[in-house]
Amino acid sequence: MKRAALVVLMSALVFTAACKKKVPVAVAAPVVNNDPGPVKTTVQPPVLISVPRIDSFTAEPARVERGQSITLRWATTNAETVTLDQGVGTVAANGTRQLFPTGSTTYVLIARNGTMSDTRTVTVDVTAPPPITNTPPPVSEDTAATIKRLTDELQKQDIYFDYDMAEFREDARRALNTDADLLKRIFALDQRVNFVIEGHADERGSAEYNLGLADRRAIVTRDALVQLGVPANRLRTISFGEEAPVCQDANEACWQRNRRAHLSQAQ
Amino acid sequence: MKPSYILLVTALAALSLPFLTAQQQGRIEDKIVGYGTTRIALPDFRAKGAAQPLMATFNETVWNDLADSGILEILPKTSYPLEVPQSPADFRPPVNGQKSGMWLTDWSNAPVNTNYLGIGYIDVNGTDMVLRGSLLNVGLADVKTASMFANNPYFGPVTEDGARKIAHEYAADILKNLNATSLAGTKIYFVSNRTGQTEIWSMDFDGQNQQQMTRHGSITKMPTISPDGRLAAYATMQNSRWEIRVIDTETRRQQAFVTPATSTITTPEFSPDGKKLWFSMVINDSPLQIVRTNVNGGGLERVSQARAIELSARVNPKTGTEVVFISDRNRHQQLYKMNLDGTGIEMLTAGDGDVSNPAWSPDGRQVTFAWNRGFDPGNFNIFVMNVAKRELVQLTHGNGTNENPYWAPDGVHIVYSNRHGNSTQIYSMLANGQRVKQLTSTGNNVQPVWAAKIN
Repeated sequence: MKRAALVVLMSALVFTAACKKKVPVAVAAPVVNNDPGPVKTTVQPPVLISVPRIDSFTAEPARVERGQSITLRWATTNAETVTLDQGVGTVAANGTRQLFPTGSTTYVLIARNGTMSDTRTVTVDVTAPPPITNTPPPVSEDTAATIKRLTDELQKQDIYFDYDMAEFREDARRALNTDADLLKRIFALDQRVNFVIEGHADERGSAEYNLGLADRRAIVTRDALVQLGVPANRLRTISFGEEAPVCQDANEACWQRNRRAHLSQAQ
Repeated sequence: MKPSYILLVTALAALSLPFLTAQQQGRIEDKIVGYGTTRIALPDFRAKGAAQPLMATFNETVWNDLADSGILEILPKTSYPLEVPQSPADFRPPVNGQKSGMWLTDWSNAPVNTNYLGIGYIDVNGTDMVLRGSLLNVGLADVKTASMFANNPYFGPVTEDGARKIAHEYAADILKNLNATSLAGTKIYFVSNRTGQTEIWSMDFDGQNQQQMTRHGSITKMPTISPDGRLAAYATMQNSRWEIRVIDTETRRQQAFVTPATSTITTPEFSPDGKKLWFSMVINDSPLQIVRTNVNGGGLERVSQARAIELSARVNPKTGTEVVFISDRNRHQQLYKMNLDGTGIEMLTAGDGDVSNPAWSPDGRQVTFAWNRGFDPGNFNIFVMNVAKRELVQLTHGNGTNENPYWAPDGVHIVYSNRHGNSTQIYSMLANGQRVKQLTSTGNNVQPVWAAKIN
């Protein structure tokens, strides 16, 4: 797997970086006070610079899903300035910071004092929300044509609702049975394809509430399809509220066409 | 009763609202907009020479500006004395208790009964005209103390525009002297589809200077503005998921905000201290539930715990502890109130029809909202409720659907959207339902919010 390789590579980088940095610090420290200066008339007072040191630098947790937060925690000694990269900038000598990484990220903490510095890195592994498919084989042209025919048929079979309701009528139950059957056939033919269940509402309730109502329609539709044997992990829901009507007139025939759950192929 | 009251009250009585008598209702509206407390008499100003044909424009402009402020009752001209002064110098104090000419009591006593009097005259000087305008508090004993300002000069060209300019300046000085909160510099943010995409726009309080704020090219709605006017948050559909975005209102640069993982989000709103964002979202297949986060999306807290759609949580800007929201827990969407932690839930509306879009008045006493009681589904009208007393006033009466009311920072005006036929536009009005003004006309425009001036 690619991710595993990435993690190994990151760990290796972190390891080598940590090794490289420690050596020059250990060597450089004595050099500063190593001025013999025996013949001068005026004596320069020795400039004592303490060696900056990062005592600890951790990320908690080290692995999150995208959208979740992590907390960086660090402690330093003898640092004049402490900086954190990834756009954070100067931070306190000892502190914590809550961050929301959008992808796997290596954070670099640098403690400086004069020309000397200590650097540590910590890597956070950010995973995407669980993927639905795992790279199945592509389908043949014949199968693709069949899938297209079944999908077209599916798109004509919306599930309709009464005003301000998310309960199924008899006609909706018939449509659900047809849709479940079509979905199962499509899923059996192609392992890669997934579907989004869109919830829609007519224009009459408030636009804000209609997002909630249409969401409920999408969720009950998904639950019913799963009851009828459609695999849940290949369905996702989204609410359009009243924002994507198929019909614009202000009459019941039109409103009814808009109060629906609609299935569309996921991108 | 003044004629304007009678008209209003008659109109309301005809609709026979169940909660209050028409008289009670009239009194509440008066309190909201400050009528009955501050009265001004505004006789027509006169001019010489070339300015004469412009006086109708001038007088109308001053009258409209003062009426639009919503804090003054302008007394009808039919009650004014026949002799009208043009400057404080025209008054003659009584001698030994006997009238010796025009005097302040001509205005402070019946039948005028005014608190304030605006007078002046216009001269022409070459291509310029000069207004000498005064404002008097006629309840005081002598002309000097009564004169809040006397013969202030205002200059403009002898044109219609010039007449409007000096009229606006004079009216602004009157309002400033009467401590009116100015709306100048406040902005209204709203949603428009005029480009073919649904995006967030902004405009000045009077509808001027309309500007596009977002360019997401998807569905982008429900703006909310931080109390200091600097940040805008809104919901946008991105990759088949609803997300919240936060931008700087001046630079339009996107700020850090990570939307909690969910499919659907609605009604974001900043808390009165600007530190939290309240909104509703789907949590593990729940119906929309009220939550709040920090303004970067972290620190998610669930507030409502109901098997119902709950949304539009609005925190009282004065107390910071009371929250109104919409829930369909009793089947119909109604207005409720609760504490910050979700306890102490009380239903505020009567249980019938559908309620939506509550918004607090700046003083934290009134909530305005849309309600379709007595009308067909979707036919909303604007109401105002005094939350402590549960007193209710209906501000719009049919004429299409009226939704998304939002209070202006002056506490006197309300902005809302009206749909009539296939066109939805944004209007402002006084919080007593009067002086309705259309602010938009291109495309369809919805969900206005009135933001404070940035200091």
